[in-house]
Amino acid sequence: MNTILQLQHITKGFPGVKALDGISLSIAAGEIHALLGENGAGKSTLMKILSGIYRPDAGSIVVDGQAREFHSYNDAIAAGIAIIFQEFSLIPYLNAVENIFLGRELSNRLGLLSKQAMRRQAQAIFARLGVEIDLTAEISQLSIAQQQFVEIGKALSLNARILILDEPTATLTPSEASHLFSIMRELRQQGVAMIFISHHMEEIFEVCDRITVLRDGQYVGMRDVADTDVAQLVEMMVGRKLEASFPPKPMRLPSAPIVLEAREVKLAKDSPANSFQLHQGEILGFAGLVGSGRTELALAVIGAQPAWHKEIRLHGQPARLGDPADALRHGIGLLPESRKAEGLIIDFAITENMSINNLAKYTGHGLISRKRELAATRAMMAKVGVKAPGPATRVGSLSGGNQQKVVIARWLNHHCKILIFDEPTRGIDVGAKAEIYRLMRALTGDGYSIILISSELPEITGMCDRVAVFRQGAIVALLEGDSIHSSEVMRHATAGKQ
Amino acid sequence: MQQPVNNSSLSATPRGATSQGAAALWTLLKKSPAFLPLIGLLLVSVAMAATTDHFFSSDNLINIARQVSINAIIAVGMSCAILSGGIDLSVGSVMALTGTLTAGLMVAGLPPGLAIMAGLAVGIAFGVGNGFFIAYAKMPPIIVTLATMGIARGLALLYTGGYPINDLPDWFEFFGRGNVLGVQTPILVMLLVFIVAYVLLDHTALGRYIYAIGGNEEATRLSGVRVSRYKLLVYALSGGTAAIAGLVLTSRLMSGQPNAGVGFELDAIAAVVMGGTAITGGRGSIVGTLIGAIMLGVLNNGLNMMGVSPYLQNIIKGVIILLAIYISRNSSKRS
Repeated sequence: MNTILQLQHITKGFPGVKALDGISLSIAAGEIHALLGENGAGKSTLMKILSGIYRPDAGSIVVDGQAREFHSYNDAIAAGIAIIFQEFSLIPYLNAVENIFLGRELSNRLGLLSKQAMRRQAQAIFARLGVEIDLTAEISQLSIAQQQFVEIGKALSLNARILILDEPTATLTPSEASHLFSIMRELRQQGVAMIFISHHMEEIFEVCDRITVLRDGQYVGMRDVADTDVAQLVEMMVGRKLEASFPPKPMRLPSAPIVLEAREVKLAKDSPANSFQLHQGEILGFAGLVGSGRTELALAVIGAQPAWHKEIRLHGQPARLGDPADALRHGIGLLPESRKAEGLIIDFAITENMSINNLAKYTGHGLISRKRELAATRAMMAKVGVKAPGPATRVGSLSGGNQQKVVIARWLNHHCKILIFDEPTRGIDVGAKAEIYRLMRALTGDGYSIILISSELPEITGMCDRVAVFRQGAIVALLEGDSIHSSEVMRHATAGKQ
Repeated sequence: MQQPVNNSSLSATPRGATSQGAAALWTLLKKSPAFLPLIGLLLVSVAMAATTDHFFSSDNLINIARQVSINAIIAVGMSCAILSGGIDLSVGSVMALTGTLTAGLMVAGLPPGLAIMAGLAVGIAFGVGNGFFIAYAKMPPIIVTLATMGIARGLALLYTGGYPINDLPDWFEFFGRGNVLGVQTPILVMLLVFIVAYVLLDHTALGRYIYAIGGNEEATRLSGVRVSRYKLLVYALSGGTAAIAGLVLTSRLMSGQPNAGVGFELDAIAAVVMGGTAITGGRGSIVGTLIGAIMLGVLNNGLNMMGVSPYLQNIIKGVIILLAIYISRNSSKRS
């Protein structure tokens, strides 16, 4: 095989984590190479290094037998590497031709744009891909799939010989995806090498030649598609990990009452209907890939995002949850996915962040008693273990773990007994993770009920009493007891069929 | 500025309770969002005192206070709007509408108390309208209030036919020209409005929510605060302070002027921003706004006393506003 790209012993660390540890990889011309791994395995970091966005701490990139150093994305493009990002980089109000030539427009002798020449070149590229794109339409008028084809066309117009496709099918319908695959096969015929990142096993088996598996920033192995199967790949991805210290799971009481029941929750008219029950004192996991609809379902249940249809019962009584304020009144609290964007008011001190939905507690005759507020804050900080100079410390200066505890404290200070934790340990160091896990278990012991949304398999298997596995917007499996196993969760979340 | 250096050396080697207390007060003051605006006000005042004769005379200072009162009152509502992450461009027009309406109703023979109430109610109603479109129809504040700015002005012109409404009852001049125990009424009204706003913003839940919405609206909503309701209240407040300012101005002129208050929204925004409030919301203080308004007043007053041409005055004021905002932005980035 004619190797076009080689990565040799690539290592990259970020403060506190080793994102990549001596990864080697070689890609041949005319090959579609899948990169497989859980969230946090290091795929995105590796691709960012390959496209010049990050620089490796050690290791080298060899293109066509020549060692290269990329200082920016432009260097990568010059070496013939192009990346199709998950979030498109197209300007929505320009058409396909204008987007393809953005920043390197062709001009004639008068210094004016030669629109004809650019249009002809764009036509030639799309002919090569075998797709029809309305060149006069604004990008925003095109379908997501067509936009992706324009991205690919743009990459080809830059003479890219190595294309990186980062979860390109995540937003496509099945028929659009198969159109994409036929384009990928066409490009393979023309000798273009592709690195394909996807979580969907069936896609990988449909279109790829070889598969490299990463886990926790380490190279696990490489397989030919013909020589492997889903079970083996899942085993490679999940492996045995250094488990974080999870507190022991208590015995489940079958008689525990149902505190929250969601029936037939549909986000849109023709989206799947999901139902689930939450028992008192349990941790119910929402597992699945990023974008599988876990957060959306939780937000729809508490009314933070609209639902087409939903039926909610709390302690057996029907309840109307129209917005998060309704949910709060009924005792449901949310720890949002993004601490900084949705959880905290970063300019506020710990006190103000904690008491934002608690002010009535400290208010008499319309005025807030600062003294009572501070006293309550100190007590809560001690209870959940926020480490900070004092209640007046700005939350922006706290570590991720302490920030998360501030958001948790906000709800514990309330009458809330049902908590939704959305990726509670994302970006938090190991020690703080263990503290949050212990806190969660202590809460369930006190009669709290928790929904844990997590993309980290060990967290799901280590913490949850029951697990609902999501795939493409639907709950596809409900696991309990011994069946809560990494590979079982992964199998339901990715392939479904084997 | 020598002072900070002096005081930090004091706090490093404490010599007594008084100097320690002074140092603590100084660090507290330095942390306050109104600190830089205060320095700015001092600098501008010193500059004016150095170049004019009677700047620090009590007559002139009272004069300045009265001149800034109307802008300062509007700036209170504007502060709330900007702190919550929005803006209210309609205030100048709402002033004109409430002023002419109150004047018209009084001339038509309505009991004066009732006329004043009607004026205030219309101002607040306009604010509620703004708030409805912003908070519930989710339209951008700048667009909504730009539209209602035109509507309020148009209503004022329509109501008056474009002519001022004169012959107001004599006692009505109390609000603009009268005094209570020697303090001129506009200054008194201004102080009252500021005290109420201070308590509201710093000591009530509504005030906390206003800052929180400006700081991170989504986080505030997800924590269970009915954000839309409080945003509506913010614009109602802004309409209310514009109406109060409109009444004071009408009383001062003893005439309901349909063309009053043109461009006042810009002065109010300038006062708020020069007072150290972030134009993106979430950070700032009502005390800072008062200082900002006085700073603008001192500039106007001093430049007039120096006999600087009005054309040049605009340029100087613009440059100083730019400078003030540049300094406060850089300092907020550092913190």
